[in-house]
Amino acid sequence: MDDPLVRISGLRVAFDGVPVLRGVDLAVGAGEAVGVVGESGCGKSVTWLAALGLLPGKARVTGSVVLDGQELLGAPMPVLDRVRGGQIAMIFQDPASSLNPVHRIGRQVGEALRLHRGMDGAAARAETRRLLDQVGIPDAGNRMDAYPHELSGGQNQRVMIAMALAGRPRLLVADEPTTALDVTIQAQILDLLATLRAETGMALVLISHDLGVVAETCDRVAVMYAGLVIEEVSSARLFDAPAHPYTQGLLSALPPLDGLPRQHLAAIPGSVPEPRALPPGCAFGPRCPRHASLCDEQVPPLVDVAPGQRAACRILGADVPPAFGLAAA
Amino acid sequence: MTALLEAEGLVRRYTMRRGLLGRQVELRAVDGVSLRLERGETLGLVGESGCGKSTTGRLVLGLEAPDEGTVRFDGAPVPPVGSAAWRAQRARMQMVFQDPLGALDRRLTIGTQIAEPFEIHGMAGAQDRVAGLLRDVGLREDFAARYPHELSGGQRQRAVLARALATDPALLVCDEPISALDVSVQAQVMNLLIDLQAERRLTMLFISHDLRAVRQVSHRVAVMYLGRIVEEGEPDAVLRDPAHPYAQALVSAIPHPGRTARRQVLQGDPPNPAARPPGCAFHPRCPMAVGLCRSVVPELKPRASDGRRVACHVAQGEAMGEAA
Repeated sequence: MDDPLVRISGLRVAFDGVPVLRGVDLAVGAGEAVGVVGESGCGKSVTWLAALGLLPGKARVTGSVVLDGQELLGAPMPVLDRVRGGQIAMIFQDPASSLNPVHRIGRQVGEALRLHRGMDGAAARAETRRLLDQVGIPDAGNRMDAYPHELSGGQNQRVMIAMALAGRPRLLVADEPTTALDVTIQAQILDLLATLRAETGMALVLISHDLGVVAETCDRVAVMYAGLVIEEVSSARLFDAPAHPYTQGLLSALPPLDGLPRQHLAAIPGSVPEPRALPPGCAFGPRCPRHASLCDEQVPPLVDVAPGQRAACRILGADVPPAFGLAAA
Repeated sequence: MTALLEAEGLVRRYTMRRGLLGRQVELRAVDGVSLRLERGETLGLVGESGCGKSTTGRLVLGLEAPDEGTVRFDGAPVPPVGSAAWRAQRARMQMVFQDPLGALDRRLTIGTQIAEPFEIHGMAGAQDRVAGLLRDVGLREDFAARYPHELSGGQRQRAVLARALATDPALLVCDEPISALDVSVQAQVMNLLIDLQAERRLTMLFISHDLRAVRQVSHRVAVMYLGRIVEEGEPDAVLRDPAHPYAQALVSAIPHPGRTARRQVLQGDPPNPAARPPGCAFHPRCPMAVGLCRSVVPELKPRASDGRRVACHVAQGEAMGEAA
């Protein structure tokens, strides 16, 4: 990508000397939808919290996060205040704990409008109403006087999205936005995010553990494992031709919707390594069926596999069979 | 042979107060659920939060007494909660919960916890059996000496399963056993459940919100909505051709890579069980609802065309000639 909206390069984060991110490179183009997938502890959320300066003080953050030519890491507070919410907005898994329970939702959306767009009074109220309407809150005019506990989980997530939209961000980072919601509500929220992206032209980063959710919503997917991006691939190729053994393993661990029922899944053996006790070389090595001695020599870099696909694996190539028993796609 | 477990017309009501000084309202968490668990069969119970699937699991196990309806286990009614006969029966039915860390005692080693059911039910040879159980669930024997915090999430769920299997139960109720686990570990635990079920001829009630997981482990699936079963059938039949509009929405909501057709997005939120809509509880969200649906509760019964059990006036063809 020549001129991305956000370019993260060599991002490293350590807590008390324990590395959590080990050099993440990721770019998001204007208007693009990028999915970030991985299991708990892989660093998918920390990447964006670090990029926005939202990690606690004990975190050691190095590398570079450039938004529109401006470096964000170590940027002065006034700059970050304009970026957070104004350029890049973020929503989280549990909307109920992100909203203030003692303030009406209209006031909370209005606060974002005042901070980022200097709106007040009747203008702010009208805009709040429009935003709540846009995110599909029924009867927005009256509902803006409701408290979060009077709304369902799905409605509260819509309010969070309205707050995020208030600053007219160019990038929305949605961190597991549907994980705490029921499946039919998850479908509503994903539909809403797609509609809003089409209406506003903002870019979207969707962080999720669910490959299906990400592939359906995003153009491109970054798969993370143990603090690194190990594969970057278009959503179309993700399911047809995953390159990294970990990506292949995640896909084959997904129960199929057809074929013989109750057959064994090709599960990845073992579990995610502890950040303080990472294996040498490729962190996936001990769980990998393709593991060879050269894998332990160094952390494999991301290399081009195909147009629009990069993977961090030393043992790649057309003659290499899939690492896990992938159903012929 | 009779089914291992038969539940007939189960109803469980709770009363709750709305607001600080509000009047009491009745909430029907389970509203007339009947189900049969055949021996050696897994029934998947699927639905969204608050639909009563966990309460159904607790009623079936006799952990809670139903307000109406009966549960028969092995041909005989389940004894009253807390009685000696009830306690003795615990050995034959066990439960596995979503959060393995919450289900384990952090101060006891895994081995001690797996041996506990043997003590409670007065069975001998605990130590040898613990080692065997650990092997059965895919843990090394030395895990017996470890504490829950030393295990990963998947390993903890295996330990919980080992403990549940200690008394060699006939029935295992698993309430969202994989929801708290990572994707790659979910697959391991589902494989284990399939193996254990086949090897021990276990009868299982697998409660989940995830239709993919339900298909993976179940022989039959029942879809619940607001305290009632709205559709029941073979997982593949229900997934390929869901009859109830709610089941259709659930199937359509499964994230699917390379989806070309636009997903059918269900409007509105799941209704409050304390303010149950009249007639079919699903009608306010249903794209096919007709007048009949607003007044008459549809009954769960076999459909004429293929015998699929579905509780829907439209799917049953009872709403013919009425304009939507």
